[in-house]
Amino acid sequence: MSEFMSDFYKVFIYADRYKMFLEGLRMTLLVSVVAVVLGIVLGLVLAIMKMSAVRKGRRTLLSVIANIYIDIIRGTPTVVQLMIMYFLVFQARAGFWVGVFTFGLNSAAYVAEIIRAGIMAVDQGQMEGGRSLGLSYGQTMKDIIIPQAVKNILPALGNEFIVLVKETAILGYVSIQDLMKAADFVASRTFITFMPLVGCAVVYYVVIKILSLGLNAFERRLRKNDNRS
Amino acid sequence: MITVHNLHKYFGELEVLKGINCEIKKGECVCVIGPSGSGKSTFLRCLNLLEEPTKGEITIGDTLLRGPGFNEDELRKNVGMVFQHFNLFPHLSILENVTLAPIRHKLMTPEEAKVKAMELLDRVGVGDKAEMYPAQLSGGQKQRVAIARSLALNPEVMLFDEPTSALDPEMVGEVLEVMKELAHEGMTMIVVTHEMGFAQEVAHRVFFMDEGIIMEEGSPSEVFEHSKEERTRVFLSKVL
Repeated sequence: MSEFMSDFYKVFIYADRYKMFLEGLRMTLLVSVVAVVLGIVLGLVLAIMKMSAVRKGRRTLLSVIANIYIDIIRGTPTVVQLMIMYFLVFQARAGFWVGVFTFGLNSAAYVAEIIRAGIMAVDQGQMEGGRSLGLSYGQTMKDIIIPQAVKNILPALGNEFIVLVKETAILGYVSIQDLMKAADFVASRTFITFMPLVGCAVVYYVVIKILSLGLNAFERRLRKNDNRS
Repeated sequence: MITVHNLHKYFGELEVLKGINCEIKKGECVCVIGPSGSGKSTFLRCLNLLEEPTKGEITIGDTLLRGPGFNEDELRKNVGMVFQHFNLFPHLSILENVTLAPIRHKLMTPEEAKVKAMELLDRVGVGDKAEMYPAQLSGGQKQRVAIARSLALNPEVMLFDEPTSALDPEMVGEVLEVMKELAHEGMTMIVVTHEMGFAQEVAHRVFFMDEGIIMEEGSPSEVFEHSKEERTRVFLSKVL
């Protein structure tokens, strides 16, 4: 027990090491939040590019480009994308933005699929209903399809954010001081491997738990306000 | 009012419409009957371009469909459509369902649209449901709202695509009643239906469609009681 206490002291208390964990958590969340915003914006663009094929009933140049992009992102490991971004695109400079761009561009591919699926899940009759009233494709999208699709999309986007937070644990590969890297650092300083890792796992778990509880509550509210049968 | 000349429609290799020719006068109510897969719905959907015709000419009023300067949204304001599955907008109240299009088209101010919508909803007997949402209504009520929604744009032509096929039997009557009134008021209507009673009673003319063509047409008594075509008689013997 006293060994546990002394390990705990060395890992978290001595030299204010808990602050390193908190700093790491801050970085983890910061990268995740900025990346998910970038991912949503780019994902929306990709989804619109993809949907152009649905509207025209055939492949379009835009849809082909979007499909290739999504295919490549989903077909390669994120850590490889991170390394390429770091060494090739950013020439081994500046951590934070490497993380944001890697995870933003990565997330965009998944977000595009989420948005597309959310829109496609709205009954085809809704588009026909809108168009039959003389509303244009764009107006029907804006007034009829999107408001219904949002209820399909938002919960899935929340999930995507949670996945993203966990995935950022590889940021240390390009020497960004995230939560995982903090644990690594403390372990190398104290020669104690077990406790920093467990500590970092606990922090991840608590953060994810809070996020998913929040998401569940949000989903319940969405469903309560749902006027659909 | 409506002229259709040599209308063909393919879905890939499959030829669904094989040359439809017909003329429909202003104020006429035409019922289209026939076995499923005969192309009735496709024909109807070609008239407001929810399906793009492969070949042929359609004229509605003075407008040649896909002619020079043609705008499909303008056409659809003038040609209302009622669907089998209502296609009401579930996230909007009944009132908003009816007022959306007139407001978006800037045909009326929101206040005017509301007054007009209430008038229409009262007329089809669901005025008291204006603040409710589609999910809270019965099938028959939903379909009457859908009719009011189309009428809000003051269309010259109304298309009905099996408007009672998705309804419980006890609700069919209330919808047909609204359609009957509409026909008596002189609306130009094309109704794809399996309600033979309605066709016999209300239609000015009946089209019997089979295998992608209008196989027989005439007054209800001509088609129902004195059919010339064997196929018409076979079909009618199954449904009457």
